[in-house]
Amino acid sequence: MPAPALETALDGVRLHVVTGKGGVGKTTVASALGLALARQGRRVLLVEVEGRQGISQTFEVAPLGIEERRLVHDPSGGELWGLSVDATAALLEYLQTFYKLGRAGGALEKMGVIDFATTIAPGVRDVLLIGKVYEAVGRTTGARRGHGPLAWDAVVLDAPPTGRVARFLGVNEQVADLARVGPIHSQAESITRMLHDPRSRVHIVTLLEEMPVQETADAVTQLTGEGFRVGALVVNQVRDTVPPAVLDTDLDADEVEEQVRADLATVGVRSGARTVGGLLAEGRAHAQRLALERELTTEVEALGHPVLRLPALAGGVEDGGVSVLADALVEQGVR
Amino acid sequence: MPRDAPARFEVDRLLTDPATGIIVCCGSGGVGKTTTAAALGVRAAEAGRRVVVLTIDPARRLAQSLGLSELDNTPRPVGSVGADAGGSLDAMMLDMKRTFDEVVLAHSTPEKAAQILENPFYQSVSSSFAGTQEYMAMEKLGQLRAQADLEGTWDLVIVDTPPSRSALDFLDAPKRLGSFLDGRFIRLLMAPAKAGGRAYLKVFSFGANLAATTLSRVLGGQFLSDVQTFVAALDTMFGGFRERADVTYALLKEPSTAFVVVAAPERDALREAAYFVDRLETEGMPLAGVVVNRMQVLGAPGLSGARAEAAAEQLDDRAEDVNGAGPAPGLTAALLRLHTGLAEVASRHEGHVRRFVAAHPGVPVSTVPAAPTDIHDLDGLRRVAQALATG
Ligand SMILES: Nc1ncnc2c1ncn2[C@@H]1O[C@H](COP(=O)(O)OP(=O)(O)OP(=O)(O)O)[C@@H](O)[C@H]1O
Ligand SMILES: Nc1ncnc2c1ncn2[C@@H]1O[C@H](COP(=O)(O)OP(=O)(O)O)[C@@H](O)[C@H]1O
Ligand SMILES: [Mg+2]
Ligand SMILES: [Mg+2]
Repeated sequence: MPAPALETALDGVRLHVVTGKGGVGKTTVASALGLALARQGRRVLLVEVEGRQGISQTFEVAPLGIEERRLVHDPSGGELWGLSVDATAALLEYLQTFYKLGRAGGALEKMGVIDFATTIAPGVRDVLLIGKVYEAVGRTTGARRGHGPLAWDAVVLDAPPTGRVARFLGVNEQVADLARVGPIHSQAESITRMLHDPRSRVHIVTLLEEMPVQETADAVTQLTGEGFRVGALVVNQVRDTVPPAVLDTDLDADEVEEQVRADLATVGVRSGARTVGGLLAEGRAHAQRLALERELTTEVEALGHPVLRLPALAGGVEDGGVSVLADALVEQGVR
Repeated sequence: MPRDAPARFEVDRLLTDPATGIIVCCGSGGVGKTTTAAALGVRAAEAGRRVVVLTIDPARRLAQSLGLSELDNTPRPVGSVGADAGGSLDAMMLDMKRTFDEVVLAHSTPEKAAQILENPFYQSVSSSFAGTQEYMAMEKLGQLRAQADLEGTWDLVIVDTPPSRSALDFLDAPKRLGSFLDGRFIRLLMAPAKAGGRAYLKVFSFGANLAATTLSRVLGGQFLSDVQTFVAALDTMFGGFRERADVTYALLKEPSTAFVVVAAPERDALREAAYFVDRLETEGMPLAGVVVNRMQVLGAPGLSGARAEAAAEQLDDRAEDVNGAGPAPGLTAALLRLHTGLAEVASRHEGHVRRFVAAHPGVPVSTVPAAPTDIHDLDGLRRVAQALATG
């Protein structure tokens, strides 16, 4: 199946959900994507839901709270804002809006009721968390609710890892058991409608390693099966391409060893057996690694979605690394 | 010994010491906990121990080569590993939900168990509560240890830990679940359940009443009755359950237990490992050593990266003059450039390890080289184990 063009996976998308196996770079890629969009003049909100302060760490700013805060103002006029959604605060706010609880909200919290509802009632936590995202995606700036221009051109969600994401997004099913009527239920339905809309996409981040690629393949199947739309597959931490000569040569051949020894001698490198053998061993290991990466790349490409690649930054993502990754996304056509 | 030379992690001594009864492999996500646990299992069995390895989330191919395709939540023999030395290796993969269900079944009457298993709150807690996997890993460890003592099937239990972001979760999550179950609201709900069901609203304080009615308005009518079933279930079984977790926790402090902390040679992973090492110290839990996995090692360590790069440039210049005869023009330069890149990574890795060692003098450390491809068979595990024992 040929992958659709990147534009069809990204154009007009208003909600970008970013997932992937734990530790592959979801937060980093979500941040880079938000920044890439902001650099093209968009107003973008970047949201995290696990209370880990991954966004503030990536941008090296003070911890985010439950208020939206501007992270970047781009010369293009674009802006990137950050938000860390908190289920407890969201529930209190929600109860306030719908039930005008006043001070009783505080009493509920003290009694551990809020804690109870957000940790244990199936799906409630997720409905509350995505509820905030839903609100941001649909928010308008007009005087009346639902009127005027949209507040955000795009919302990027740093989502839970692949193992949990289908459950997280499947709020409707989760609360179905619990609340057949009532505001939580109708909220879940609106959220589900938004998540199934073509303007919402789930991007999956992977590394060129067996487990993450396997999880990516599983997630594509599962998410697609449940009616979500996969956007791009992002291969993160791609290492420098090797000089092809290393790959295409049979490094075990005798004349290769001879050649390397002779070459080293001409430039005055000590060309003892250990050096020559060691360099060849490094070449062989590298070729093996690359063969595996090629195989995994083929597997990722065969999943039928556009593939984006981000380089492995030698020094990690500190000191503006996320900006380099954002540029790489723009270069590959992220609009 | 220079101040910053790491104490050697004597892995073989640990594995062959008959006093070692439990080995727990901890670390942050993706660093190689499962691989290390399996590798230690193979090596211990081949040194004559009768080992059971509890893995949590093995990579698919590794699971296959350990014969873990049957998901029945009980250990199965892994071929005849260790037989020559009089040892044996059994392995299993944790089924979290099933382990939880089994605890329920073991602690209540069949009717009551059926009721609990169907309860949506129970289902939510048993399949997705943050910490349930850690809790169940501990539960299973306790079970295996008890079975080992009782039946003499195994003399060494090796456990992998769940893939949480923080290594500390393994120690903290069960307590979190416990203290959550001890929470005020739960206790409030529990009291009337004890008093006998229907009258419960009467004994509720005004606040609890408000809480309950608000929640049922928000969440729908079924809510309260489901909560009640769940709470009643907690009341009958979770006391014992919590005790069991406490017993297992205590097991972790025994001198026969050894923690192996796995890390990658990166800043974040080693920082995580450092937290864990400190925490073990505070808890009085025995640390056996730290494994720094996936180190870049060089085939030609005597050649510096800078020298290799310079030599590659010289070769490029010469290639322009000569115009390639021989097997592959540019091959040597390519190998040299590859070496430069690898040398950079290797020195970064070593730097991270050095800093860790300097900050934790006396903590035994072993390093394992990064294999070019994933570790997915017994031979791969043997190589990792060999490195563990010698590096
Ligand atoms: N392209 C890259 N180059 C170098 N380092 C990277 C790159 N992408 C991510 N990293 C580093 O990898 C680590 C994990 O990244 P990140 O926190 O974004 O992953 P995650 O998927 O959000 O993790 P978690 O599952 O724990 O939320 C971080 O230390 C990050 O700095
Ligand atoms: N020394 C190593 N060299 C190469 N690959 C490794 C090494 N150690 C682990 N791996 C690979 O890394 C991946 C993650 O390892 P795993 O043991 O499952 O990590 P964890 O249990 O800590 O999440 C697996 O695919 C494994 O084969
Ligand atoms: Mg993250
Ligand atoms: Mg694991």
